[in-house]
Amino acid sequence: MLNGPVIILTSFAYLGLLFAIAYYADKRADAGRSIIASPYIYSLSLAVYATAWTFYGSVGRAASDGVGFLPIYIGPTLMIALWWVVMRKILRISKQNRITSLADFIASRYGKSALLGGVVTIIAVIGILPYISLQLKAVASSVTILVQYPQIAMPDSVGAVQGREDTALWVALILAAFTIAFGTRHLDASEHHPGLVAAIAFESLVKLVAFVAVGLFVTFGMYDGFGDLFARASAEPNMRAMMTPFEGVGGGYASWAWLTILSMMAIMFLPRQFQMTVIENVDEKHLNKAIWLFPLYMLAINVFVLPIAFGGLLRFPDGSVDADTFVLTLPMAEKQELLALLVFIGGLSAATGMVIVETIALSTMVCNDLVMPVLLRMRGLRLNERPDLTGLLLAIRRGAIVLILLLGYLYYKLAGEAYALVSIGLISFAAVAQFAPAILGGIFWKDGTRLGALAGLLAGFGVWFYTLLLPALARSGWVPIGFLERGPFDLELLRPLQLFGLSGLDQITHSMIWSMVANIGAYVLFSLWRLPSAEEHRQASLFVDVFKQDGETGGARFWRGTASVPDLYNLLARFLGAESADAVFREYAAARGLRWPDERLVADAALVHYVEVQLGGAIGAASARVMVASVVTEDALTIDEVRAILDEASQVVVYSHRLEQKSRELESATAELREANERLKELDKLKDDFVSTVTHELRTPLTAIRAFTEILLDEPDLEADKRRRFLGIITKEAERLTRLINEVLDLAKLESGKADWAESRIDMKEVISDTLAAMDQLFKEKSIHVEARLPEHVSSVTADLDRMIQVVLNLLSNAAKFCAATNGRIEISLYERDGSVQVDVSDNGLGIVAEDHEAVFSKFYQSGDAPADRPRGSGLGLHISRQIVAHFGGRMWVDSRAGAGARFSFTLPAGARPPG
Amino acid sequence: MSDPERKGQRLGALCMLGALLFNFPVLALFNVPSTVFGVPLLYAYIFLAWAVLIALMALVVDAGA
Repeated sequence: MLNGPVIILTSFAYLGLLFAIAYYADKRADAGRSIIASPYIYSLSLAVYATAWTFYGSVGRAASDGVGFLPIYIGPTLMIALWWVVMRKILRISKQNRITSLADFIASRYGKSALLGGVVTIIAVIGILPYISLQLKAVASSVTILVQYPQIAMPDSVGAVQGREDTALWVALILAAFTIAFGTRHLDASEHHPGLVAAIAFESLVKLVAFVAVGLFVTFGMYDGFGDLFARASAEPNMRAMMTPFEGVGGGYASWAWLTILSMMAIMFLPRQFQMTVIENVDEKHLNKAIWLFPLYMLAINVFVLPIAFGGLLRFPDGSVDADTFVLTLPMAEKQELLALLVFIGGLSAATGMVIVETIALSTMVCNDLVMPVLLRMRGLRLNERPDLTGLLLAIRRGAIVLILLLGYLYYKLAGEAYALVSIGLISFAAVAQFAPAILGGIFWKDGTRLGALAGLLAGFGVWFYTLLLPALARSGWVPIGFLERGPFDLELLRPLQLFGLSGLDQITHSMIWSMVANIGAYVLFSLWRLPSAEEHRQASLFVDVFKQDGETGGARFWRGTASVPDLYNLLARFLGAESADAVFREYAAARGLRWPDERLVADAALVHYVEVQLGGAIGAASARVMVASVVTEDALTIDEVRAILDEASQVVVYSHRLEQKSRELESATAELREANERLKELDKLKDDFVSTVTHELRTPLTAIRAFTEILLDEPDLEADKRRRFLGIITKEAERLTRLINEVLDLAKLESGKADWAESRIDMKEVISDTLAAMDQLFKEKSIHVEARLPEHVSSVTADLDRMIQVVLNLLSNAAKFCAATNGRIEISLYERDGSVQVDVSDNGLGIVAEDHEAVFSKFYQSGDAPADRPRGSGLGLHISRQIVAHFGGRMWVDSRAGAGARFSFTLPAGARPPG
Repeated sequence: MSDPERKGQRLGALCMLGALLFNFPVLALFNVPSTVFGVPLLYAYIFLAWAVLIALMALVVDAGA
């Protein structure tokens, strides 16, 4: 059943299915209900990391040194733990600057340098070629082996190498066609490919299922579980050694650690990983789930690598079968045709996924960062005058895809046969690791410059080329092998595999050490040597401080110049098509409350920046910069101006913080001042009132005294009777004057707190009895009936005896003054309640209206209802009394209704007064 | 310290833990000819530690989310 036609048919059916999935996902995305807006799809799409290397190569590696394949997956797990800090930042930067590729990212960071973008692209393409050749080799091998079913024979043992190479060429061409159909059907400003992402996520599932199926079959079908398999393996000395693969202290650990570091870089900076993780990301939040789901995927696909490797070694003990093919040859040897076909499809998934995404990512870079900048600079082509460039852009990308795949095939023909799958792939890992200093330095270190990045990349790439790629070509006979053994011009110190005499390391570790020394060294050295330009300075700050920016307008504040709206529109329309350009302008205008087209739309810095960013989404930052510069007149900012803007911006923030604080302080100070002012005004008013009231009160008796003394003086012969009466009035008024002055003085003392208080334990019963006795004469004169209700015993209070007499006297004399003129009645009662001693003094006078209940206690209050024949009081008595009672911890109040008499009450705390 | 910052630092600590677990000398402690349920000790250790690390990362990322 497993013959050529079936295999080819199955392959094409599978590719067709992928295409259908992509088509469906694209349709859904266009309808606004994208199926890729899910963290699970996102995590699965990241698993494009697992290629034919993982699917076939890991087993090959495991069969030679046990756990040596694992750093390739443990490294990414460690790196992903740092993604929360690193990748979130890269994602944010890329979204704000509409980054379209790895090269675009680096070029954009270092001042939108077209040169740097081109260098990165060339490094990426050359560096990835071995990796692509690996996929071609794996697919071609699997086809070549599968068609010989039920025989199991390696291509080189049956002279089928030529046939495999032909197959590889066919695979390359078919994949090129497929990738073109997938990735370059139309031009999108955001470089999003929802269909591609969905198809890749599906492929990730297929390869996982296929691999786990083989693993289960080998472990539980061919053997009796893990224990049985490992027990049999450990019976063979060569396999027992693989279970403790590290030797001594040095053996293998360094290489393990460097492989870990290498794959930490690869998971970030492989063009296809950058494409999937950053460019195709639709929601930053998807990263959260991916941080643990993607490592989980890697764990799952690796669990059965060792069992399959040992199973293969046990099944084919004579070494006739290449360990890289165990995954496929084991089911074949056991006559499991369907499983073998599933494995083939799984391997095809792993390889096609990698090739498709990698070539799309690379073709974008080649188009945006290599070809377009050159074409746009060639004025003879008059590209600036072409109305629509979308066709050209797509053609360049399609050409790039075909070219890259053919180059991958060429590399496979040149060097692919001599190496195992993993060794080929690691060469590519080491190449993309060269991007790490420029990118990681670029997002955390503002002072990294274009010159530094360029020097670092070239130095690192140079060392990589010399110590990894050249030896690979030499081994295949394309470069004289003596070059490796004796060094160039017989200079032993420069032998590519023992550079400067460093030996005892494996090839990858050796190359990584020297290339990283050269790369980081040059990057730092040249960055510090020359100051950055204005453009670099501004881009550095946009990248490093990305979390402090406010959206896409962040870059606009750096631009100064003149432009016109139609020019900008036409520019955009040429690259995106009129429809997309209209949509872009509509969105921009809508954000400003305008319609498009609208004459009020001005071509200010914000619009120019907006157009440049949108254009950058299609043709890369460096090209977009060149194009926008061609339609606007820009006043170049000097480095000092950019610095000034940056400093200004940061200072403005500091100032505004300070200003806010100051204004808050000022506000509270103002409030306090206003309050103080109010209090002063109040006091001033009180003082004025007091002075005017006192003078008024003093003048009334004085006027009377003066009037009567004048009468007495003018009329010496006044009759004796009248004279005595007048003298009586004068005496009374003088007494009142004295009392008033005494009370004013008393009040002044009380209010200033200078009063002398003589505290002692006093019995209120005695105070009341004594006062009543002293006033007995007065009551009799006025024929007022006084009733005193005094209990047998009452608790003593702590107070000043004289002051208490003053209070009771005041209340009683007020009562006497205001009680009914005839049948006047006064009632005074003393009792104890709730720990207080209370005194009530009631009269049967006119009473006090409720509104005046508080007013009677204020200074100089005079009751308008006081009978005219009664002597007027000073109006201070109650006020002073209340202050005295309050001083001893009590209170005084009045209960009354108009016409029903009044009852004045006060309380004092019973017993000893608490200290203080 | 803000929530994202705390998360970042916790994950950074996990990365360091992983770097410790999957390196010399901890690896050397398990590089001995012994088995757990029939599985060579080194293999069992690496996969178990790896699984635990992933579980911890999931815990940290999803905490308070």
